[in-house]
Amino acid sequence: MSTLLELQDVEARYGPVHALHGVSLAVEEGAIVAVLGPNGAGKTTTLRAISGTVRRSGRIRFAGRPLHRLGPDAVARLGVAHVPEGRGTFSELTVWENLRLGGYTRRGSIQPELERVFSYFPWLSERRRQDAGTLSGGEQQMLALARAFVHRPRLLLLDEPSLGLAPVLVAELFRIVRELNEDEGLTVLVVEQNAHLALQAAGAGYVLEAGRVALSGTSTELRADDSVRRSYLGY
Amino acid sequence: MAALESSPRPSLRRRGAALGGVVPPVSLLLVAGAAGLLVGCLRSEVFAQLTVQGLALGAVYGSLALALVLVYRATRVVNFAQGELAMATTYVAWQLIQWGLSYWEAFFATLAIAFVLGTVLEVALVRPVQQRSVIGAVIVTVGLFILIDGVVNWVWGGEFKYMPSPFGTKIYHVGGVSIARLYPGMLAVVLVSVVLVWALFRFTKLGLGMRAAAFRPAESALVGVRVDWMLAIGWGLAAVLGAVAGLMAEPSQFFLEPTLMQPILVYAFAAAVLGGLDSPAGAVVGGLVIGVSLNLVVQYVPAISSELQAPFAFAVLVGVLLLKPTGLFGRREVRRV
Repeated sequence: MSTLLELQDVEARYGPVHALHGVSLAVEEGAIVAVLGPNGAGKTTTLRAISGTVRRSGRIRFAGRPLHRLGPDAVARLGVAHVPEGRGTFSELTVWENLRLGGYTRRGSIQPELERVFSYFPWLSERRRQDAGTLSGGEQQMLALARAFVHRPRLLLLDEPSLGLAPVLVAELFRIVRELNEDEGLTVLVVEQNAHLALQAAGAGYVLEAGRVALSGTSTELRADDSVRRSYLGY
Repeated sequence: MAALESSPRPSLRRRGAALGGVVPPVSLLLVAGAAGLLVGCLRSEVFAQLTVQGLALGAVYGSLALALVLVYRATRVVNFAQGELAMATTYVAWQLIQWGLSYWEAFFATLAIAFVLGTVLEVALVRPVQQRSVIGAVIVTVGLFILIDGVVNWVWGGEFKYMPSPFGTKIYHVGGVSIARLYPGMLAVVLVSVVLVWALFRFTKLGLGMRAAAFRPAESALVGVRVDWMLAIGWGLAAVLGAVAGLMAEPSQFFLEPTLMQPILVYAFAAAVLGGLDSPAGAVVGGLVIGVSLNLVVQYVPAISSELQAPFAFAVLVGVLLLKPTGLFGRREVRRV
């Protein structure tokens, strides 16, 4: 397997506040990698540094190309789909228009992608003419994911996908992500509070603390680590 | 959790804001108004003529109002130079006709030039300032107003110019009412332009990208929309609509002068505010309402003479802002954090 995404000493800040103090990590092509850590550790900022929605310095390479000078739209066109935390949906637009925007970077028909997404989330098809703003929070979250699937990215950045979702839906969501990973080799970098879930789905993980990588390893190694067990798995 | 906090979003009826979801009283009001006009037209020839003329002029106001709304929705900038830009592009059309183009050749060439002009102004002047301050960008448009005015006076001089009439001098007689072909012609050209722009926004990928960029620039960039381009194209389209307004305003005034669009800008602002500053449909309806009511008020309200048209429009503008700031079709402004 080759390295699809590589971060070297990436720093990022919001105004004067340093959020990342040199994060280095690597994501192999076709892998699911989890990012764990307490609130404020820089998990979300790490994803934002990759997608270009925060000022960053350091080296970021995606599929051999440097990303750190590109804006978010250019990163998206290279095949990175970032589903931000909470609602990333366009609530002013219809469900269908949201999905269409997911395929914005794709040329030609997105019909196959739409059909696949509708097979995962049949209710989206029934409600495609509805304004996305009328969906519940959980439904909007699913729509944001569906939109990312229509994008057919090489790399999917998922920020707290389980936030605000019922457990059944969370399980379903991770099942779909794993399926896409196995069937189509979709590479996923997922930030998740629910470490159990994340380490179950992921092959490897990084633990961030105070804007730095504190620990990394395969999921098995991380699950066996005492500090991870205490802090994130709760046993 | 997210599920709880997300449910009472006030923008639920965005799509409805186009027409369907408007609160019943507004649509009832409009239907009643239209019925009143129809009855008046059947009873009086003068009333009918004033109504048709008012609709044609109102379409011009609506078109310029729509240009204001497009720019405001995309960039939150009120473009005070929109009218002068429209005036300048009308001079361009006049020049093209002088150089030997036919009216309609010049018409379409002017629209293309207006598009380029609009995008260039956004990229070169407005955007660099707006990145630092929105109010700064608004002030830039006021400066543009004066600049364009000066340039036009410098290049073409202040004296009247005459353009060939796009619709000839034919007069229709409909059931005893004489109507110059000019007015239905103006109405048709403006409404076709408005419908084309609406269809672009509604049915094309580009239009979807532009709407997304206007509503949520950050999320749009994440799905690969070139937000900067979309905003520039928005200014270009607004300039095109303005050019249509200018080109159709000229024959109704029968000559071209540098102040052509100044009263019309006031009417367009009144129309945009009446419709709701962020509602494209509202801008067009507002334009038609303003156009017809200005014409009828001057005729039938003795206290208001034609010199008082602009103050009347201004009074409507202030009245709407005081009584219903969101206008007929607007939705309440929700600041996203």
